[in-house]
Amino acid sequence: MKLIQQIGLYTFIAGMLLFTANVFIGSYRFEEQTIVAQLDATQDKIDTGDTIANGFKAALKELSFLGKKYNGEFDFISDLNQAITLYNKNITTELVTVNGITPSEIEALYSGVQKDGKIIYNEELLTTVLTDPAKKQKLIDGTNWMFEGQREYADLESFKNDLNLKLEEINSSIGKQYHISTEAWNLVNLTKAFNVGGSKTNVELWFFLTFGLIIIGGLAYNLPNIKLLGMAGIKNNGIQQTSISNKGWLAWIVLGYLVGFYLLLYFAPHYLNNNILLVDPVSNSLSGKPAGHWFLYGFIYCVSMTIMAVRMYIKYRHNNYQIFRTTVVWFFQIAFAFLIPELLVRFDKPWYDFKNAWPLDYDFFFAFNIDDLLANGTLGAFMFFWGIILTLIIIPVMAYFFGKRWYCSWVCGCGGLAETVGDPYRQNSSKTLLSWKVERYLVHSVLAFAIVMTLVTLYAYYSGATTIAGIDVYTIQKIYSFLIGSIFSGVIGTGFYPIFGNRTWCRFGCPLAAYMGIVQRFKSKFRITTNGGQCISCGNCSTYCEQGIDVRSYAQKGEDIIRASCVGCGVCSAVCPRGVLKLENSDAPKKVDGNPLIFENNIVKLNKDV
Amino acid sequence: MKEKIVIIGNGIAGVTIARYLRKYSNHEILIISSETPYFFSRTALMYVYMGHMKFEHLQPYENWFWEKNKIDLKQAFVQSIDTNNKSLQLDNGEQVNYTKLILATGSKPNKFGWPGQDLPGVQGLYSKQDLDTLEENTKNGINRAVIIGGGLIGIEMAEMLRARNYPVTFLVRENLFWGNVLPKEESEMIMRHMKDHHIDLRLKTELKEIIAGADGKAKSIITNHGEEIPCQVVGLTAGVSPNIDFVKSSNIDTKRGILVNEYLETNIPDVYALGDCAEFHQHPSGDRRNIEQIWYTGKIMGKTLATTICKTKTAYNPGHWFNSAKFMDIEYQTYGWVFPKPKENEKHFSWMHPTKYLSVRICYDKNTSAFIGINTFGIRMRHQAFDKWLNEKRSVDYIIEHLKDANFDPEFYKQYENEIVAQFNSENDTNITPKKRNWKNLFSA
Repeated sequence: MKLIQQIGLYTFIAGMLLFTANVFIGSYRFEEQTIVAQLDATQDKIDTGDTIANGFKAALKELSFLGKKYNGEFDFISDLNQAITLYNKNITTELVTVNGITPSEIEALYSGVQKDGKIIYNEELLTTVLTDPAKKQKLIDGTNWMFEGQREYADLESFKNDLNLKLEEINSSIGKQYHISTEAWNLVNLTKAFNVGGSKTNVELWFFLTFGLIIIGGLAYNLPNIKLLGMAGIKNNGIQQTSISNKGWLAWIVLGYLVGFYLLLYFAPHYLNNNILLVDPVSNSLSGKPAGHWFLYGFIYCVSMTIMAVRMYIKYRHNNYQIFRTTVVWFFQIAFAFLIPELLVRFDKPWYDFKNAWPLDYDFFFAFNIDDLLANGTLGAFMFFWGIILTLIIIPVMAYFFGKRWYCSWVCGCGGLAETVGDPYRQNSSKTLLSWKVERYLVHSVLAFAIVMTLVTLYAYYSGATTIAGIDVYTIQKIYSFLIGSIFSGVIGTGFYPIFGNRTWCRFGCPLAAYMGIVQRFKSKFRITTNGGQCISCGNCSTYCEQGIDVRSYAQKGEDIIRASCVGCGVCSAVCPRGVLKLENSDAPKKVDGNPLIFENNIVKLNKDV
Repeated sequence: MKEKIVIIGNGIAGVTIARYLRKYSNHEILIISSETPYFFSRTALMYVYMGHMKFEHLQPYENWFWEKNKIDLKQAFVQSIDTNNKSLQLDNGEQVNYTKLILATGSKPNKFGWPGQDLPGVQGLYSKQDLDTLEENTKNGINRAVIIGGGLIGIEMAEMLRARNYPVTFLVRENLFWGNVLPKEESEMIMRHMKDHHIDLRLKTELKEIIAGADGKAKSIITNHGEEIPCQVVGLTAGVSPNIDFVKSSNIDTKRGILVNEYLETNIPDVYALGDCAEFHQHPSGDRRNIEQIWYTGKIMGKTLATTICKTKTAYNPGHWFNSAKFMDIEYQTYGWVFPKPKENEKHFSWMHPTKYLSVRICYDKNTSAFIGINTFGIRMRHQAFDKWLNEKRSVDYIIEHLKDANFDPEFYKQYENEIVAQFNSENDTNITPKKRNWKNLFSA
C-alpha cells in the first residue's frame, strides 16, 4: 500500500512536470495554409481589396518569419507579437493614404480657418474642405469641441496643436477593424493554430502524459489511505509537522506554482496553448467547439476536485455530513459549472451556470451578458430572471433556513474547490482577533464595491450614459474585474491556499458570502450549538476552522456560535474529541437553561475579550 | 478594599478564577507558574505530539489578552509560603506579598517506588515539560514503548505513540481496562479497539522494575510475571496526585491534597485551594470523590470562588456528574452515574451495536424506575437534555421515549433510537414509542 502511494506520488509529479513543461516547449510554424484558415482570407476584404491573411503574410515575410519553425514557446510568442504589431501598423499606414485626412486637406484647413485675423473653425469649413462625407463626419465627431463658440483660439499655432493631436488619433484608428486582436482569446486561438507540436499531432499520448498521469497518480496516492490511515476517524496525524501542510518550503513552492498558474491563466493564457490543445477533444465532444483557456480551467477544476473529493471520502468516511456535502458540492461543480454550460453552447444557447449568483457572478448585469441572454428567446429570458430571483429571493430565504452553508460549502464552485483541493490547508487560516477585524472591513468593502459597480452598470445600461456621477462605467468594471475578479478571487484566493488557508477568498473577499453572512448573523435558524460543559478547550475546532473562527472561545463558554463568516463545513464538529459541537437549523432559543456555573453564558455575558 | 490576589498555577482552575476576578472586580491579580508563560489546554498536549496542532494552538487566549485585562503573569516556581506574613518565596530569590492566596497547582504523575522509575526515558504525561521530554525521548525513533497504568492518560499516551507508528505495550494491573469506571462490556469494546490500533495490551500485568542500559537510559522493563520487555520509553500513567510538595512545609492543612471546605477555604484565612490540588474534607455533593481531577470542575471551582471573593459567599456545587473522553476513535460521554456494576437498587439497560463501536447504557432505579445515569460510546448526547431530565427526576421510560431529543450527533448520521427503544421494550415488556425530536420538550422552562 505504501508502495502504491509512493508510485502514485511520483506519477503525479511526473504528470505535473510535463503539464508545466508544456508552457515552455512546443513546435510552431507560420504556415500559409494556417494563416489563411485562421485569418479568414475570403471574407475579410480590406478596403484596398486585399485580405487580412495576405496582409499578415506580408508582415511575416517582411520579418522573414514566414515558414519559420520554432522549437520553444517563448521565441514563437515573441515573434508572433512582433508580426501582429507590424501588420497592424502596416494596415493603418496603408489605409491612412486612402481613408485618412490627407496632408493637402490639412493644409486647406489651416488656411481656411484664418479669417480676418481670427481663427474660425466650424462645420461650414469642414464641408468646404472635405468632400468625403465619412471623413467630414469623423472630424465633426472628433473636433466639434473646437468649433467657434465652443472655444477661442488666439493664434494659428495653438489651433494647429489641438487639431494635429486629434488628427493623429483619427488616423491611427483607421483600419482598426482589420487589426489582428491581441486580446487573450485571439492569442490563444493563434498560438493553438500555429502549433505543430505533439500536443496537436499526438493529442492522446500527450493527454495521457499530462492529465492521465496526474489523475492516475493522484488517485493512486489517495486511495491507499483507506488502509494506511487505519480505522475510520479523525487522523490529522503529522499535519503540523509536515512541510507542505505546515507552511514549510514545500508549501511556498505550491503557492508560487499556483500563483504563477493563475497569472498565466488570467493575463497570458496563450502560454497554456499546448495544454488547451490537449482538452480540445473533450471540449468538442461537449460543446462541439474547440477549447479556450476557460474550458481548460474548468476541466482542471473538475479533475482536481474529483481527485481530492476521493481524498475527502476516505478521510471522513465515518462522517455522513462530510460524505453528503462533498458529493453535493462535487456534483454541482461537474454538472452545473461544467457540463450543463458546455451542452448549452452545443445547442447554440448562452454559456450559463445556473448556480452562480450575483454578486459572486459580478458581470451578470454587464451589458454583454444581459444582451446575450435577452437575445436568446424564452430560455435566455428565463436565465436572466432566474439570476435575479436567485440573488434576491432564493439566496436569502435559503440562508434564513439553513445558513449560508447551503451555498458556500454545498453548492458554490469556489467553496467546492476550497473543500476538496483546499482541505489539506484549512488549518493555516489565521485565528487572531486582528484577522477578524481585517476580514470584516475587507469583505464588506468588496460587497459595497460590487453593489456600486453594478448600480452604475445598470443605470448606464438603461440610460445609455457612459459616465455616472463622474464614474466611467467601463473603467469601474475594468477595475473590479481586475482587482476582485482576477487578482483577489483567483491569484490570491486560490494561489494562497498553502500559506493562508483554503478560504482566503471566501473569508476576506467574496461579496456573496458577505451578503449571506449578514442574513446568517442577524436572521437565520442556523447556528453551531455547543454541548454544555463538555468542552475541554483543546483547540482542535479553532485550529481546523477554515474561516479562522475561534470556535473554542464560544465552545468553552457553552455559547452558540452565530458568526457571519461560518460556511458550515462541519469540520469543527468532526474534529471535536468530546462531542461538543453540532451544526443545527433550529428555532430553539439561543441561550440555554441549566446550572449557571456549568453553562457559563448564563451567569454572565462575557465581554468579547475576557 | 483593593486586594492583591496571587494565584499559584496557570492551569484551567487558576486561569478561570483570574478571569472571573477580573470580570467582577478591579483587584490586583497575579498568576505565578513555573510551567509555561501562558495558559494552555493540558488536555490537548497529546495532539501536539500527534501533529494535529502546534503548541500555540493550545493557548485559548492570545498573548496580548493578559496585559489588556490587567492579569499579571510571572513565570517562577514558588518554594515556600509564609502565611503569617502573607508572602511567597520564589526560586528566583524574589518575595511576593499577597492579601489573598489561591492555590491551583494541579497534579503530578504518580510514582510507586518502582526500581528505575527516575531513569532517563521514563516519564509521565502531564505537563508541557513532559511533552518536551517525550519529543526528546523519541526524537531518533524508538523500537518500543511500554506504558504502565490502565487509565485515560495511559491510553492517550498509547495513541500518541501509535500515531508515530511506534510499537506500544500497555500494562494494566487489573483484568479490564479502566475497569473501576467502565462496565465490563464497554471496557472489552475499548480493548478490542486497542487491538485495532495494534496496541499490545497486557492485562493483569504489573511493572516490577525498569532496567538501565549501558548508556544509563531505560532499556527494558520486567513485569511481575518475570518477562523482560525491551523498550526505550516507559510511560508512567498510573494516575496523578495533587502537586503540593511545597505546601506541606506551610501551616496549610493537607492530606493527599490541600484540605478545603465547601467554600474552597483552607484552614488559613485568605488562603484558598481549587482544581486538582484541592481535597474536600467532605465533598459538598456527596456523590463525588474528595479530589476531582477533572477539567470542568476546575472551571466551576474558579467561578465559584471568584463569586465568593467578589460578590456573595457561594458553596461549590458542580451539579450532576458528567464527563467525556475519547479512546482513539471512540468517543465516550456520560451523564449522571453509571457504575461498572449496578448497585443494589439499580438496574442497567445496555444496547450495543452488533458490529460497530456504538453503545448506550442507562442506569435506573429498579424500584422507582428513576433515571440515574447514561453512558454512550460513539453516539453524542446533549448535555442540557440530561441535566434537565436529572433535575426533573424523570423516569427511565421518559428518557427512552425522548431519547431523540438528546441526540447530538452531526446531521445525516444514522440514528439508532428506534433499535434502542425496541430492545428496551422487549427486555422490559413495555410499549414505548420514541417521540420525534421536539425543541419544545428540551428548551421550555
